[in-house]
Parts: sequence; structure tokens; C-alpha cells
Amino acid sequence: MSDITNILLVGVGGQGTLLASEILSEVFMRAGYDVKKSEIHGMSQRGGSVVSHVRYGREVFSPVVPEGEGDILFGFELMETYRYLPLLRPGAAVVANNYRVPSPSILLGQETYPEGLEGKIRSHFPDFLLVDGLRLASEAGNPRVANTVLLGAVSKRIDIDEKFWLAAIEKMVPPKALEINLRAFGTGRAL
Amino acid sequence: MKEILSGNEAIARGAFEAGVKVASAYPGTPSTEILENVSNYASIDSSWAPNEKVALEVAIGASFGGARALACMKHVGVNVAADPLFTASYTGVGGGLVLVVADDPEMHSSQNEQDSRNYAKFSKIPMLEPADSMECKEFTRLAFEISEKFDTPVMLRSCTRISHGKSVVELHEPVTGLPEPRLVKDPRKLVMLPGNARVRHPIVEERIVNLSTFGDSLPINRAEYRSEEFGVICSGVTWQYVREALPQASTLKLGMVYPLPMNLLREFASKVKKLFVVEELDPFIEEQVKSMGIVVVGKEIIPLCGELSPGRIRAAFANTGITVEPAAPMAVDMLPVRPPNMCPGCPHRGMFYLLNRLNAYVTGDIGCYTLGFMHPLNAMDTCVCMGASISNASGIVRSLPVEEQRRVVAVIGDSTFLHTGVNSLMEMAYNNAPATVIILDNRITAMTGRQENPSSGYTLAGEEAPVVNIPNLVRALGIKHVVEVDPYDLPASRKALEEEMARPEPSVIITNRPCCLIKGECRFEKGKVLEVDQNSCTGCKACLAIGCPAIEWKPDASGKKGKAWIDPLLCTGCTVCQQLCKFNAIK
Ligand SMILES: Cc1ncc(C[n+]2csc(CCOP(=O)(O)OP(=O)(O)O)c2C)c(N)n1
Repeated sequence: MSDITNILLVGVGGQGTLLASEILSEVFMRAGYDVKKSEIHGMSQRGGSVVSHVRYGREVFSPVVPEGEGDILFGFELMETYRYLPLLRPGAAVVANNYRVPSPSILLGQETYPEGLEGKIRSHFPDFLLVDGLRLASEAGNPRVANTVLLGAVSKRIDIDEKFWLAAIEKMVPPKALEINLRAFGTGRAL
Repeated sequence: MKEILSGNEAIARGAFEAGVKVASAYPGTPSTEILENVSNYASIDSSWAPNEKVALEVAIGASFGGARALACMKHVGVNVAADPLFTASYTGVGGGLVLVVADDPEMHSSQNEQDSRNYAKFSKIPMLEPADSMECKEFTRLAFEISEKFDTPVMLRSCTRISHGKSVVELHEPVTGLPEPRLVKDPRKLVMLPGNARVRHPIVEERIVNLSTFGDSLPINRAEYRSEEFGVICSGVTWQYVREALPQASTLKLGMVYPLPMNLLREFASKVKKLFVVEELDPFIEEQVKSMGIVVVGKEIIPLCGELSPGRIRAAFANTGITVEPAAPMAVDMLPVRPPNMCPGCPHRGMFYLLNRLNAYVTGDIGCYTLGFMHPLNAMDTCVCMGASISNASGIVRSLPVEEQRRVVAVIGDSTFLHTGVNSLMEMAYNNAPATVIILDNRITAMTGRQENPSSGYTLAGEEAPVVNIPNLVRALGIKHVVEVDPYDLPASRKALEEEMARPEPSVIITNRPCCLIKGECRFEKGKVLEVDQNSCTGCKACLAIGCPAIEWKPDASGKKGKAWIDPLLCTGCTVCQQLCKFNAIK
């Protein structure tokens, strides 16, 4: 199934992985592809580790990405990005937010946030872009659009005309937040 | 027109296109969004029921009145609804009647992974199983046609990957020309006295035989011939995995998984050299195929537990030489795990802290508060099914010495109390079982995404509704000792717990703070964001004992000592941590 592109979005419940995966699916449908996506809702609100699967191509069967066949990993949090590397194929691209959310055991002081993740990710996946999402989003006008900056960076790794991305963002974000999201998307694309 | 829809959205759309008039459900992952989406269609009267049995009975009633009716629930909901289900199989339907059940293989958000297909066979009604969102919509429409054609309830089985997966759907117009609902008397068919039921049973048996024959030529049961070497019988999302993992395989894709199309099966079996069944969970199809005398390989290679995936299917077939063993996944270093947690400001947190401190034996129940099991609260000892907390407590105290009886406390949420807990409390009062019950009334069904319920004051549509007065209901059941407490007030909550646990009679404590995620109407009010005064903090870690995600331990350079820090973006100002600080460091 080499004509299928597999994207995984990973992060912590409440970070907005669901909305980002919705936007991606909309882009691929508009560009004329078959699309499937899958995710687990139940625990997403409660700060657990989350992963969404989005796949597109001529004809997509399984809604979940087969193990070891991920082409792009879109990470919203650094430790979660590292956790899901085994889902990727060798040579896959990784785009991640340089953002850390402590787990319950870290909050309690029983464990510490792992060091050196950036280097470890890069040693496995040289095509790794670590984005300072919060800073870039603040520069674009609002720290809350960090995910859109990341989305812009991801879009550069996917061969689909920019107009489909812009149209999907327009459909999926509320009108009053549109302008700033488009700016954030542009920032990410320019990285 | 094309849209990208989840399976649940597509089932709702299918109900709309099928001309459904009445829909009822009780929430449960992964089925919840079906009814939430149905409620967007003005032509359908949709509402939450207090539990699944009631939801199905509402739908059965609507069907008796001639309307097309839908009931939706998660797999374990069918256990609750099983009583009406089995007899509705005998009565048959007026307007089409469809029960959607969403299974949860792998238990992403469930307490077990029972396979609902067994219910179709057990209750002798047909079951359809869609493989993507488009099929969710089309099969929902078809289910209503089959229901009316064969005078039977029909089950539609989804699963987490179908309900919460999205794919492209072509929308159609709703059907027209359905008969208007009206009262038609037919007591011999609808009053299931033994004499009438004895007449109905053979009709049910004949119906299932006829449905099997019908299935032989039903287009959704589809033989797809590729390799002659081997063929795979599969259905639903498993068909997708098989197509991905074994692209060369011939497949018999069953859209109707019960009853099986016997002739079609025999024909398929005769055209392939080797036959397999690939199915998630139970050997449901496999056992029936084997009982037809057909040689087939199934659970000898396919796992019984958990979800399947293309990778798991490839691994299973590696033993047969059909696939190569997939490469082992790359190894990564061990990481801290990230389980879900109660939200910052959750009104449940303080009560579990106290239960831990009071060394209670907690019979638990299902809801957000089941997270009271997690470290550092560690305050839940049992959890079986909805409503069981109270009846388990009632049972456990019966054989215990008095000093241990005192330690038994049942905890249950408002929605779960109204679901089945009321019956349990009735039993506890009736038989005078000396345990304490805490009803954690956060005014919403939080776990499944904040659905309204009969004590929340609103309907599914957001309209104001009569409110069940829980304290009065508890008293009416015969409980004499009823205390209401503010769960953010730890000293008062502790006093109530100590008093009621010591009491050798049944008693109920009701908490009165709403879920901190309830929007609109401002039922939850955020307090003043708290801060740790770094000069006063001694680093004693007392505030960490509640496991609030807003409080973080910041070690100093030595790593041995440190201080607490509160994330101002997460803190809701509930003050529970403040009450634990002996040094007034939290302000
Ligand atoms: C029979 C059955 N139906 C539905 C569910 C899904 N479910 C789990 S918890 C829950 C409701 C919890 O609400 P509540 O008791 O008010 O507690 P809260 O989550 O608000 O704390 C539901 C509907 C289930 N586990 N079992």
C-alpha cells in the first residue's frame, strides 16, 4: 500500500490533537483522496497519553496505521513524541512542539522529566523538526495557536496544494480566530 | 454531497435518512455521540434515558406505536437492556426497531470486552456490522427495512474503531411515504403471556431460518474472489485489516453477522483451498462454520483477547507461511507512564483523599470518580458495574465483624445512582445494611463527556427539565441519615464521614459541587487562583497527596529537597490543597 500516507498525531489529552486531526482529514478529502482517521475519545479530556491516526491515499482500508508504517509523526508534547516513535517506518519525518507536560509521577516528584529526548529522537529520525510552538505562536499574536504553527510545519512535508489547507482551516476554526490562525499557519510553513 | 463523518455521526445520519421518529439512549463510550448527533435532526424526538433498559423500552414502545425507533448503548448497556430485548424478539415490531450497540475490544474505555454478537444469537435477532462510516449510514437504513420486512428488532454492531473512526460518506435524502404512527390493538402479539409467547416462539425460529436464506443473496454479504489458495471470512473493521494485511486473500465480507448465510458460506468454502475466519474477540462465526462441518482455521492462530490490527493479523498468519513475521518494533527507553487523572478542581478529589486517610474500604462504581483508584489517592477497592457500589457494600458488611463494617463506604456518581444505584440503595435501606454511601453529585454525567441526566435540570436538547431531588429520593427509600456536604470543605466533609462511618445503620452523604467542566449557565464558578508562597513553603509535600495536576514538585539543585508550585493556568481555586497546608504557604 505504498500510495498511502500515514500520519500520527500524539500528545496529552486536552492539547488539541483531535481538532488538528480533523483539519488534516478535511484537507485530504478536499484534495480528492480517500481518508480514514481513528482515535480514542474516552480518556482524552483527562490528561492521558493520546494518539490519533490519519491516513490518505487512493483507497484506504484500515483506520489505524499499521505498526511501523507511520510516515509522519506530529508531536504536541516532547515525551509523547518519543513514546510513539516505534509506530514509524525508518526514515519517517517528525515534527514536534518543544513543549513539556509533566506526568502525574513527575508532578509528585517521584520521577523526573526525561533528559536528552531531542537528541534521541534525532538519532533515530534525522528528518526531525523541533518547533518552539509557544514562542512562535505568541509572535503571531496568541500563544493558543501553537498547534496551527505546527500544522503549518507539517504541511510542508505533505505534497498537497496550500489552497486546500487554507480552505480546511477556514472551515474548521471559528471566524473570529481565523486571521490569527492563518498567520500562525504561514509562520509554520515558512520554517 | 460528500462529508467526512465518524461512524457515530453516520449512524445518526442513517437514522435521519431512514425516517426515524424516536430515539433513546444512555451514554457510554464509544456509543455516546450517536444520540448527541441524532439530536441535531429536528424530525427525530431524541432523549436521554436514565439507563439502557429504559432506553430500549422507550424505543420498543415507539415501535409499537408504528414509528421507526432507535436505541443506542455501549456493549455492557445491553446487559442492562437484555430483559426487554429478549422478549421484543418474540413480540416483533410495529415501526422498524433498531438497537445500536458499540463494542469496545481492547477496553479503551470499558470494564470488559464482551462480544455483543452473542446477544444477536442468544435473542434470535439479526445483526448487521458496518466496516466504515458509509456503511454505518447505509446499514442503519437497511436495518430498518429488514426490521419491518421480517417483523423483528435488528441490532447494528459498531466498535470503537468504527464509531470513533472517520471516513468519507455520501449523503442521501430521507425516505418518504412511511406510515403515520397510530394505535393498533394486537394483544395476542404484544402481550407476552405464556399462551401467547408459545405461539410466537416458533415464528421467531422460522424467522431466523428465513433471514439466513435472505442473507445468501443480500448484497452486503459479499464474496470477493482473489487468490484461490486461501479465503478469509470476516466482517466490520476486521475486513479492513484483512484487506490491508492480506491483500491477495479472497474474502467473504459479512455485512450481516447473524444469522449466517449458510449457502453463500458453503459456496465460498468450496472455491478456496484453505479457509480462515478472522474475527475480533469470540470465535462467533468460527464455531457456527465448524458446526456446519466446514474445515476452517480461526482462533488457533487469531488472538481471543483485545483488538486486531493489520500487524496482529500479519503476525498470526506468519505461522501459516502466508505472511512474513513483521519486524519487531524499534526499542525506545522506558518513560514515565501517563495515565488519565481527575481534572484540577474536580469536586471528587477531596473525598477520596479523606477516604484514604480514614482507611476506608471503598466499594467503587463507574464514572470519573473511578480515578480515585489511582495513586496517590489509592482509595478504591472494588468496581464491578454501574450501581454495584451500593449493593456490594450491602453484601460485604453482612459477614464482617463490627469494627470492619464501619470501614465500608460505597461511592457512586449522580448519573450512576439514577441508572441502577437507586435499586441498590432501596435494598440497603430495606435490609438495614450498616454501610455508608457517598453520592458524588456533580450535576452531570461527566465521564462520557458531560451529558445531562434526570437530576441535572436539563434535557438532551438543553431545555429545562424537572430535577430529581436526590436527598428527598434517598429519604423516600427509607434512609434516615442523610447529610449534604461541600466537598471543597475538607473539615466538614471529614466530620460527616467520621460520623456516618461510625453509625451502625445505613447512611448517605451527598456532595454538592458541580463538575468543573460544566459550561453554560455557569453551574461551576472558578475561585481565586492560588499560589505557593515560596518563602513559607517548607517542602513537606502534604499538598501533593491529593494528586492535583495543577500542583508540581519543583526539586532544588540538589534534587533532594524542593518546593511545591501551582500552575496558574490550571488552578481553579478549589482550595482543597490550601486546607492541607499547615504553614499557610498557599494563598
Ligand atoms: C451499563 C453501562 N452503561 C454505561 C456505561 C458508561 N459510563 C461509564 S461511567 C458513566 C456515567 C458516570 O456518571 P456519574 O455517575 O454521574 O459520574 P461522573 O463521571 O459524573 O463523576 C457512564 C455512562 C457503563 N460503564 N456501563
